[in-house]
Amino acid sequence: MIEKPIISPKEASDLINSGDAVMCSGFMGCGSAETIINAITENCPHRDLTLICDDGAWGMEGNPRNGVSPMIYKRIFSKFIGCHIGLNQELQRQSLAGETEVSLMPMGTFIERVRAGGAGLGGILTPTGVGTEVEEGKQKININGRDYLLELPLRANIAFIKAKTVDKAGNLIHNQTARNFNSVIATAADIVVVEAEEIVEIGALDPNLIHTPFIFVDYIVQGEK
Amino acid sequence: MTYEFNKEVPLTRVGQLFKHGDYVNLGIGIPADIANYIPSDRTVILQSENGFLGMGPDPEVPDKDLQTAGGRPSSILKGGCFFDSVISFTMIRGGHLDYTVLGYLEVDQQQNIANYKIPGVRFPGMGGAMDLVVGAKKVIVVGTHLDKSGKSKLLDQCTLPLTGVKAVHMVVTDAALFTFKDGKFFLEEVFEPYSVDWVVENTAGDVLVSDDVKVVKIV
Repeated sequence: MIEKPIISPKEASDLINSGDAVMCSGFMGCGSAETIINAITENCPHRDLTLICDDGAWGMEGNPRNGVSPMIYKRIFSKFIGCHIGLNQELQRQSLAGETEVSLMPMGTFIERVRAGGAGLGGILTPTGVGTEVEEGKQKININGRDYLLELPLRANIAFIKAKTVDKAGNLIHNQTARNFNSVIATAADIVVVEAEEIVEIGALDPNLIHTPFIFVDYIVQGEK
Repeated sequence: MTYEFNKEVPLTRVGQLFKHGDYVNLGIGIPADIANYIPSDRTVILQSENGFLGMGPDPEVPDKDLQTAGGRPSSILKGGCFFDSVISFTMIRGGHLDYTVLGYLEVDQQQNIANYKIPGVRFPGMGGAMDLVVGAKKVIVVGTHLDKSGKSKLLDQCTLPLTGVKAVHMVVTDAALFTFKDGKFFLEEVFEPYSVDWVVENTAGDVLVSDDVKVVKIV
């Protein structure tokens, strides 16, 4: 087996280029690569990035900012693509002020679009959103008497994901509900960087229990426990 | 009579609807509290869209990696399991859940629901709600009968952007339980202290009163 490069959080941040679409895991911040996110927040010189993430995580007064939220406050994104920003006041403010373009879609649609992006599919057909604002501008296809929306693949230039444990080959085990979008996002970006709480030797993990196979992982970062 | 929301009533009534072995997703907010109102004579399996089956009560010691879809600490019951988002929404959209229970801003007699957006005022995003309403076998909406200004939230036609079309099977408020019949709200139960007349007067949409309508005391 071949070992993947282990890089610093700052080196991970430096992999981002101007104009990139950046995909991040996390469900309300749970399962986000927060060590890397903090390094990006500190170091990233760009202001024209697109963030693709389920939600804006916590950005409410009186709550600690978690997940992708610190990057949003740093205003490195000109566009946000996801499903929910209800608990991030700053992203709502940026959206209202016209500073950040916000595009929201149903969560199941988001997931399947990312899956299509990673799986070589030209799109997916979903009944979700038929008859609502979500169908505007989309092709509707009737199959066996039911209407479906054609939803197109979603990919990114770079993705930052989180694992509990990684072996040096890049096999991942996620933990509990911190698993969420990690495996599917790992398939849908040109460069995939994983932050893991624990890095172990090749052979230390049971091949039966791997959640995300190493083929999808390019770089490893040691995260905080 | 003056209206004041009593959430014990709809939460208790919805909790009674589930059968032993049902798979249920409870929406964020008022519906999530139904977990505490499921009678102890049955096991109802709660699915959480952030990726687990067998959601348990609030934990004594919070774990950063085990949360509800609302971002609160959670626990998992023995025999429960975790999975990724693709599998989670396969369960939701693929018809594998018996019930989803959601809050609502408006519901109308065509079984449409609006619960995610007030244009220009509130636009948090739809999250998983649109998938839940197309995928679950039964969609129950639960909440206040009247809004804060005393207006009915049960309309002939929703005015807000829709979450789902012809999606709702049952509406449970603190005053009544409705299903749908002939394009109208079908009143099956009225909860004390309200009367059939009060419910009909305070429901903006058309109400068809069941011949078997019951007036019951829930709490």
